[in-house]
Amino acid sequence: MHTETKDHAELATVFNKDEARVDWHDETLWWIRQKRDKAVNHLPEWELLRETASQIKDNVLSNLAGYLVQFEGNAQKNGIIVHWAADAAEHNNIVLGLLHSKGITKMVKSKSMLTEECHLNEYLENNGIEVIDSDLGERIVQLAKEPPSHIVLPCIHKKKEEIGDLFHLHLGTPAGNADPQFLTETARQHLRETFLTRRAALTGVNFAVAETGEFVVCTNEGNADMGAHLADIHIASMGIEKIIPKRKNLGVFLRLLTRSATGQPITTYSSHFSKPRKGTEIHIIIVDNGRSKQLGREDFRNSLKCIRCGACMNTCPVYRRSGGHSYHNAISGPIGAILAPNLDMEKYADLPFASTLCGSCSNVCPVKIDIHQQLYKWRQVIVQNGYAPAGKKAAMKLMSLTLSSPAAYHMGGKAGRFVMKYAPFAVNNKLNPWYKQRDMPEPPKESFGEWYAKNRKA
Amino acid sequence: MNVGLFIPCYVDQFYPGAAIATLQLLEKLGVNVTYPKNQTCCGQPMANSGFEHLTGGCNELFVKNFAEFDYIVAPSGSCVLHIKEHLHSREHEADAASISSKIYELSSFLTDVLKVESLPSKFPFKVGVHQSCHGQRGLHLSQMSELVAPPFSKPDSLLRMVKGIEIVPLNRIDECCGFGGTFCVAEEAVSAKMGKDRVEDHLNHGAEFITGVDMSCLMHMEGLLNRRGSKVKVIHLAEILNAY
Amino acid sequence: MTTREQILDAIRANQPALTALPGVIIPADNIDLQAKFTETLTTIGGKVIKAQGYDDVIAYIKNITNAGHRIISSIAGLAEVISTGEASPLPHSLQDTELAIIKAHFGVAENGAVWITEDQLSQRVLPFICQHLIIILNADDLVANMHQAYEKIGNEHYGYGTFIAGPSKTADIEQSLVLGAHGSRSMTIFLIS
Repeated sequence: MHTETKDHAELATVFNKDEARVDWHDETLWWIRQKRDKAVNHLPEWELLRETASQIKDNVLSNLAGYLVQFEGNAQKNGIIVHWAADAAEHNNIVLGLLHSKGITKMVKSKSMLTEECHLNEYLENNGIEVIDSDLGERIVQLAKEPPSHIVLPCIHKKKEEIGDLFHLHLGTPAGNADPQFLTETARQHLRETFLTRRAALTGVNFAVAETGEFVVCTNEGNADMGAHLADIHIASMGIEKIIPKRKNLGVFLRLLTRSATGQPITTYSSHFSKPRKGTEIHIIIVDNGRSKQLGREDFRNSLKCIRCGACMNTCPVYRRSGGHSYHNAISGPIGAILAPNLDMEKYADLPFASTLCGSCSNVCPVKIDIHQQLYKWRQVIVQNGYAPAGKKAAMKLMSLTLSSPAAYHMGGKAGRFVMKYAPFAVNNKLNPWYKQRDMPEPPKESFGEWYAKNRKA
Repeated sequence: MNVGLFIPCYVDQFYPGAAIATLQLLEKLGVNVTYPKNQTCCGQPMANSGFEHLTGGCNELFVKNFAEFDYIVAPSGSCVLHIKEHLHSREHEADAASISSKIYELSSFLTDVLKVESLPSKFPFKVGVHQSCHGQRGLHLSQMSELVAPPFSKPDSLLRMVKGIEIVPLNRIDECCGFGGTFCVAEEAVSAKMGKDRVEDHLNHGAEFITGVDMSCLMHMEGLLNRRGSKVKVIHLAEILNAY
Repeated sequence: MTTREQILDAIRANQPALTALPGVIIPADNIDLQAKFTETLTTIGGKVIKAQGYDDVIAYIKNITNAGHRIISSIAGLAEVISTGEASPLPHSLQDTELAIIKAHFGVAENGAVWITEDQLSQRVLPFICQHLIIILNADDLVANMHQAYEKIGNEHYGYGTFIAGPSKTADIEQSLVLGAHGSRSMTIFLIS
């Protein structure tokens, strides 16, 4: 889906044209939120776990350089080769370089939102490398030539009939077959051949342990393991913030991650990689790409605590009714809205405003990121940096003047009510966005202030 | 105690009934209430739109009007939260800080300060209670469904004191209505859809009235109800509690 | 300046003041570990069979397989049912494995997962590439939760280790749960006591 208009409100309006589909999308994600609720309520210590994870991540951010160096040293001792990439371009170059050095032209990938952020697939394809995404949801959006719409559930926006059509077109399944069991079996066979023939596998990193130099990859499908254990070279891409201090911290994070994401107690596979298989290589690419800059932003650095569970998206009433693609960014939803402006404030100026600041996100976040507070603060930064639309600026200035003066406020209020009462067409029309789907409130005969003056003496 | 009555700008202009009910209710409970006539707005519409830097005038006016009171009470969770988190004054920061600690949304004032245990109110109708987000998650007026924590609700416990009232259950007990300040027009499609879904939940459970602590949420839902020709009315919590 | 130095310098300049790691101990309930483990694993699509020893396992395997099935295991006590054939250094040689039987170190009651390390595997890919997976677990080797799991693992130096909780699965197609994605289609645990 190519979006020319890169504005959440416009994209959300398009999304809302099909109300039945919005209901379907909203109910699906709300159901996942409910599964999360059911799972977390089994743990009376849930809030303690969140607080613990939050403090561990605070400690990580306060000693990030130290932990990264410790991780690197321990990983290297185990025979893992460590690379550093300042930005997306450098990351992509390193991946390409590694493939070229081995004469490899085909690679299998498991889910890595970091590589989405770096647009790795596109880069590799442009450089003659075939990349196959092995996570079923990612494979589906890859076939559809779309980006994933959710960081954990890549094709949550797609109906099974649409997936059936894609498989019919690209994988030769019978037309009209939309049975999830059958389609999954088809993907299993199709991707098995891929796993068995690819010499290079790229995975993400859920957690990197500084104390031991190991890293953990969590999947339900087993695709990361199938790729890595059959390849000659396993490349693992990680953001600098994926570090945790000690192996035992995994106990906290693995209890929080999947319950928050899907309501499962744990993913089917939580694989810990320390050393490469004999005769093969493991390469880790540690990527900055704007993270160290975000680390320096006092109000926003906590966004780097994110463990990419997606709970904020599932709970967000705006996300559920606008879809991940309306955020026009690799990471969508509430967490995307506080990460993206750091990367490009102009391009993502709309995202922090795609919210009612209801606060649900902050309260499902397993690491207690103050997401809704950061959304508010980003709004101030964006406006201060000149990215508010001109009309809005003028309206706000006028509002400020009116509301700072009791006389102006009283006059304005009275005038407004007068217009609404005697010339309702002035506001009850297409130019008034409120009026599109809502009636305006009835103007009362007097304001409370006027009533008070008459009925209570000062 | 001297209580200053803070009435949100849109309540003053469009829903004076909610303000009158708040005033009368407090007076009936023996509170000495004054309404400073030169108040305007808390500044939230500008601040939430990214223009917090333009709220200085509003802030100074607010401090000037309310510094003298022992408590400030408002029939709004959202406005009270905003004052608590964002009121500052160039010249009178101590007053601003003091106001932030003394300002209460109505239902929390009744439960936490006046410690109301019974009311002679009567409202024999089926009522859906909307848990407005800023009051709920910001001021902790009620427990939020996201947390693993014991349930409670200050607005609900006050409503249960009212004779004849039947509080209807809901599918989603604390989902946002979609008003969100300027969001309601800037993201009209999503805002209206969120409101429609909220209203639908109440209607599906037979609510005759929808109530809550924030007139802004109720105004948004009222607009949707009226557009679909529904007979269901919105009513502020104060008006139900004051029904005697 | 290398990229590494550049990044580390930027981080050092921007990181906040040091805060301490929390020293919180999460209390564990006194629960019936076997019951909880069995209940949880069953809910997530696994199967639990109580057994006295390898005889029970062998009988079960004979029942569910036939002569054509390739059965792989490094457990000596199961030699009777393990397929013969030269061991190949290539993991790809395991692609026609119908059934793999692996011994796990321990299980975790709260999530039905078992912990397996490289030394229990002829190849890392074995528990993923097989069509069906059987795990042998001593009923005494159960812990309540992941905190206890990592206490048990301690400082062990494994090249590779994994928690496996049930058969592979996906719900990517309209949230319909399908068992058998890319890993094993089924997972059966023999709890030996």
